[in-house]
Amino acid sequence: MESKPDALVRIATQARASVTPPTTKDYAIEMRNVNVYYGSFRAVKDVNLQIEARKITAIIGPSGCGKSTVIRCFNRMNELIPGARLTGEVLFHGKNIYDPDVDPVQVRRLIGMVFQKPNPFPKSIYENIAWGARINGYRGNMDELVEESLRQAALWDEVKDDLHKNALALSGGQQQRLCIARTIAVKPEIILMDEPCSALDPIATLKIEDLMRELARDYTIIIVTHNMQQAARVSDYTAFFTVDEDRAGIMVEYGPTNQIFTRPRDRRTEDYITGRFG
Amino acid sequence: MPLRNTLTRQIGQIQDELLVLGSMVEHAALGAVDALKRRDVKAAKAIFEEDQQINEKRFAIENAILILMATQQPMAHDLRQLAAMLEVNTELERIGDYAKGIAKVTMLLGDADIPIPIQEIDQMAQLAVSMLHRALGAFVAEDVATALEIPKEDDKVDELYNVVYRLVVQTMISNPETIDLANLLMWVAHNLERMADRVTNICERTVFCATGELFEVNGMDEDDLNV
Repeated sequence: MESKPDALVRIATQARASVTPPTTKDYAIEMRNVNVYYGSFRAVKDVNLQIEARKITAIIGPSGCGKSTVIRCFNRMNELIPGARLTGEVLFHGKNIYDPDVDPVQVRRLIGMVFQKPNPFPKSIYENIAWGARINGYRGNMDELVEESLRQAALWDEVKDDLHKNALALSGGQQQRLCIARTIAVKPEIILMDEPCSALDPIATLKIEDLMRELARDYTIIIVTHNMQQAARVSDYTAFFTVDEDRAGIMVEYGPTNQIFTRPRDRRTEDYITGRFG
Repeated sequence: MPLRNTLTRQIGQIQDELLVLGSMVEHAALGAVDALKRRDVKAAKAIFEEDQQINEKRFAIENAILILMATQQPMAHDLRQLAAMLEVNTELERIGDYAKGIAKVTMLLGDADIPIPIQEIDQMAQLAVSMLHRALGAFVAEDVATALEIPKEDDKVDELYNVVYRLVVQTMISNPETIDLANLLMWVAHNLERMADRVTNICERTVFCATGELFEVNGMDEDDLNV
């Protein structure tokens, strides 16, 4: 069943159709005064973060600093956790994705997510891609969509003769690229990646990183990573988070990756990226 | 417990080796001018040959830095420090080449009868080596204020260079037969003047290491000499 376009889809569609060039820097999504609570515990404190469109933004920081919580706020994934609550705004095309008239399912279509562990459906490679598109009401040529998505995910050449093979038979790196293809197939604007390479070997990791650079031509990518070298290699911007005295996650520094990794402004960033804290 | 003790210790070891290289270069520069002053061809030959040790030391330090970069993935200040040491290492080796060049002049002059403005040349060497010594101290201490002050002394070296230049030209004019040999003395002055310029480069790396800012500090660049 085709879902009814909600406020967010309408706004996003209008924005895409607009021929007026943006007058300010082109931000894909923006957090304003975001606080996240799990019950009474404040997990993330006062985050203000503007994500530039069609760039890769890395979120780094020590364990427990709220990186994954923050990235999940970008597509309302935290709502799936009982007791989770958010204050502040997350603006997508100027619209707060937490407004009551916004459908979280549509949010997650426009702002897709790739997880730490590859999680293909136990179905064929073809069906892994076709399924999401189909339930989102895709009415075009499905074969073309599957091929285009697999090509964009740099997987087509490896699987084109085995499209009906079970996706679970693929290697870990291939499975993760299939998950990326599945995300792309529903035409998102933003792709969130939560530790997408932590379960992969170094070669598969480099393939994903190369793929990310390719995808950044068309999509905005936000990645959470524990691997600082990965953040340095792949991202355009880096946000460093740590925990404050209340154990709440706070954003310490945010800027161009080249600056963060060569001359960070904050001592806490310096200590973390040089490996002297964390 | 502070993390990355190994990296910190290894950076410190490379820095120590860099200071050893600096001492070798200072010794070579002063020794080369002293050999010229005493017209001691044997001492000059020894300095000429010892440059090989400077070169080997330079390659050893460069290798150690590259291994550390490849194996420890330094970031931020650590990365700047290693990149700066790589640059200073090269500058020191080149200063060693200038000393070797001066030693070679002494060897070529032999016991030829030619007036040498040795007082000015000696002053240039003392000043350049003093600048180098203090620049290396500032580099290790990441003393930005001192690193910005030292290059100003380059003007004194340039003034002495001009004095030597005029004296040597006078020698050439008064006795054209000495032109070939006098030209060698020009190279001595040129090498000492360039030494001071290299010191300025070391000071620039000190500022970079401490602040992350890369810019030319006061002092003459190599291109400034070209017309």
